[in-house]
Amino acid sequence: MTKTAALLLAGGLALSACASDEDGGDSGSNGGNGGGDLKVGVAYDTGGRGDKSFNDSAIAGVEAAVQSLGGDVDEDIEELSPNEDDSNREELLTQLAEADFNPVIAVGFAYGDIIADIAADYPDTQFAIVDTSVEDLGVDNLTGLIFAEEQGSFLAGVAAASKSVTGHIGFVGGQQSPLIEKFEAGYVAGAEAVKPDIVVDVTYLSPAGDGSGFGDPEGGKVAAQGMYQAGADIVFHAAGGSGEGVFEAAVEAGQRAIGVDSDQYLSASPDQQGVIMTSMLKRVDLAVEDYLNSFADDSLESGTDILNDLSTEGVGLSESGGYIDDIQDVIADFRQQIIDGDVEVPTTP
Amino acid sequence: MTAVRRVGSALLAPAIAVVFAVVITALVILLIGENPSTALRVLFDFGDTPAQQTQSIVVILNRAVPLFLAGLAVSVAFRMGLFNIGVEGQYRMATVLAAGAGAAVALPAPLHVLLIIVVAMAVGALWASIVAILKVTRGVSEVISSIMLNFIALGIASWLLTGPLRGSEEGAAIITTEDLPESGRFPAINGLFDVVGLAQPRGELYGFLLVAIVVGIAIAVLLKRTRFGFDLRATGLSPSAATASGIDARGMVLKTMLISGAVAGLIGLPDLMGRTHHFGTEFTAGLGFLGIAVALLGRNSPVGIAFAALLFAFLDRAAVPLQFADIPASVVTIIQGTIVLAVVVANEIARQLTRRRAERDTGQGGPPAPESPSPNPTGTAGSRIDEPQGAGA
Repeated sequence: MTKTAALLLAGGLALSACASDEDGGDSGSNGGNGGGDLKVGVAYDTGGRGDKSFNDSAIAGVEAAVQSLGGDVDEDIEELSPNEDDSNREELLTQLAEADFNPVIAVGFAYGDIIADIAADYPDTQFAIVDTSVEDLGVDNLTGLIFAEEQGSFLAGVAAASKSVTGHIGFVGGQQSPLIEKFEAGYVAGAEAVKPDIVVDVTYLSPAGDGSGFGDPEGGKVAAQGMYQAGADIVFHAAGGSGEGVFEAAVEAGQRAIGVDSDQYLSASPDQQGVIMTSMLKRVDLAVEDYLNSFADDSLESGTDILNDLSTEGVGLSESGGYIDDIQDVIADFRQQIIDGDVEVPTTP
Repeated sequence: MTAVRRVGSALLAPAIAVVFAVVITALVILLIGENPSTALRVLFDFGDTPAQQTQSIVVILNRAVPLFLAGLAVSVAFRMGLFNIGVEGQYRMATVLAAGAGAAVALPAPLHVLLIIVVAMAVGALWASIVAILKVTRGVSEVISSIMLNFIALGIASWLLTGPLRGSEEGAAIITTEDLPESGRFPAINGLFDVVGLAQPRGELYGFLLVAIVVGIAIAVLLKRTRFGFDLRATGLSPSAATASGIDARGMVLKTMLISGAVAGLIGLPDLMGRTHHFGTEFTAGLGFLGIAVALLGRNSPVGIAFAALLFAFLDRAAVPLQFADIPASVVTIIQGTIVLAVVVANEIARQLTRRRAERDTGQGGPPAPESPSPNPTGTAGSRIDEPQGAGA
C-alpha cells in the first residue's frame, strides 16, 4: 500500500514538474530563495527530462527530497541533459561542480567511466551515480546507487511462468549490454524456478554500443510479434521506449506483456492496460531521495555503493490491474527466499 | 574583381543560411517563452575568468577536430558526385580496430602513434572500398550500399568489442577495449596557450588538431593542385565528358572512395588518442552523419569545412551554459538543423544568381542548353554544390 502511495506521489510530482516546465518563462522570475541550503545538480541520461522512465524517476526523487527538506524546486535544482551524441558528458558534471552544486547526481551508467576522475578533481563536492558500482574505485566523495535488477526480474519470471498457459514466454531487451543482461538472467532464472522446462525466447534490439534499441518501438513490436506467433503468451521487455511496441504487439495478439522500471500500467492507454500484467519496478526515485536525505542529515557514507534490492523495496513487482493477485503467495514466497539468501539469483545469462 | 565576386558568392549562401537559422531559432525561443537575447548572450559568453574562457576555446576546438575530419571525408566523395553516407560505419570500424591494434603492441611513442593512425586509415579505406567495388563492378548505388554497410559495421564493431577486443572485465556496465599504453596516446598541445600568452585551461587541447590541419591542407592541395584532383572534379561535374576526355571513371571511383574512407578512419582518433584511450560502448557515435551536414555547410571546400566545423562546435559548446540559463539545449540542435536545411536552399539560390549574372556578363547567349545543370535529371546535389568551386579550376 505504501508503495502505491509513494508511486502516486512521485507520479504527481513528475506531472506537476512537467507542467511548470511547459509554461517555462516564469521559472526564475518568481524570485525568493528557497530555504534549504541544498543545491542539487542533476546530469541526465540520454533523452533528458520527459522520458516517462529513468530520468523522470530520478528527478522525481530529487524534487521530493528538496521539497521535504524545505528547498525550492525551481531554485535549488539544476538539471542538465547531454547533447545528442553524448559527447559532452564530462562538461556537464564539471560545470555543475564548478557552479557549486553539491551533491551532483549522474543519472545512468554512461557516466561511469568519467565520473571517478571528475570526483577526484572536486574533492569538496559529493557525487552520486545511478546504476554503477563505485566500490572499487576508491574515490571518497562518490556514491554508487545500484539496483538488484536481477531480483525484480526473477519475480517477473516467476509471475510469467506461473501465468503462462503455453509454457513459452519471451524477453525483449533494448541493448545487449551487461545491465540489460541482468534483467534477462533474473527473468529466465525465475521462470525456470517455477517451470524447469519452460521455453524462453530472448531478443535484443541492438548490439552493445548502439543505444538505438531503447528508442525503437517498431523494432520492439516486430520482436514481440515474432514471439507471440511462435507460441509465447507473455513477453517481458527491458527496452525503454521500445516497450511501447511490445505492448502494441501484445494487444494485437491478445496476449500479455510485462513492463519495466515504473508501473507502466498507470501510464498506459486503456487497450494496453488490458495486457500489462505487471511491471518490474526499479525505484530510482526512492534511491535518489534516500541518498539526498542522508546527505542532508550528514549520515551519508560515501565512497561506496548503496544497493537497492528486494529487501529495501528498491526493486519489486507492481500489482496494478490485479492480474497477479492470485499468485501473490508464490511471489511473496520467492521474494522471501531471495531476501533470506536461500535463492541465489544469477546476474549474467 | 572576379575573385572578389567569386568569394562573395561563395560566402553568400552560408551567410543567408546562418541568418535564416538565427531568425527561426529566435522565433522558437520566443514561442517557448524565453528571451532570445539571453540565448545570444550565452552563446558568446565564454566565462568569467581567463581560465574559463580558454577552457571554452578548448571545448570548441576539441569538438571541431572530429567534425572537420568527418566533413572532409564526406566532401572528398561529394566532389566527385559520390555520396559516401558510410562514413559513420567507416570510422566506427577504424576506431575499434585501431584501438585494438594500439593496445596490443608495444612500440616507442612516435611509431606507436603512427601505427594507430595507419591502421585506422587502412581500415577506413578498406571498408569504403567495398562500396567502390560494388559500384564499379555491379553498378550498385553507393548511397544504398554505404548505408547498409553502416549497419554491418556497427554489428561487427560491437562483436569485436564484446568478443576478441574486450578489455573491460565481465559484468562492467560499460564495455571497452584495453586502454592504449602511454606511448600510443597523442600528447596534448596546451603549451600553445603559454606561447600566445593565454591562461591555461583546465582541460587538454587535442594534439590531433595538428594532424587534422595537415590532412586538411593535403586534401586541399590534392584537389586543387594535382592532376588527380582535376580528374576528380571533372568527373564530378560531368562523368560523360570526363570519360570522353580519357579519364578512367571506374578507377576514379575506387581511388576517391579509398581516400574518403582513409580520412573517415581518422575521425575517432582525436577522442581515442586524446581523451578516452579506449573504444567502448559509450564512444561518441553519429559523427559520420554530422560530417554530411558539416560538408554541406562548408560547401565541400576544406577551408569552408573548417569554418563549418568550428561553427557547429561553437554552437555545441553553448549546450551546457544554455541549460544553466533555463533554455533547453535543443535550441542548439534547432539552430544546427535549420542551418543545414537553409544552406541547401541558399546554395541553390546563390547558384542561380551566379548563373544569371554569368549569363548577363557573357551576353544573352549563356552556356548551351544541354550543358546547363538544371534540366539534367541525373544532376545530384553534390555536383551542384560543386559548381562555384569547379568554375574556378
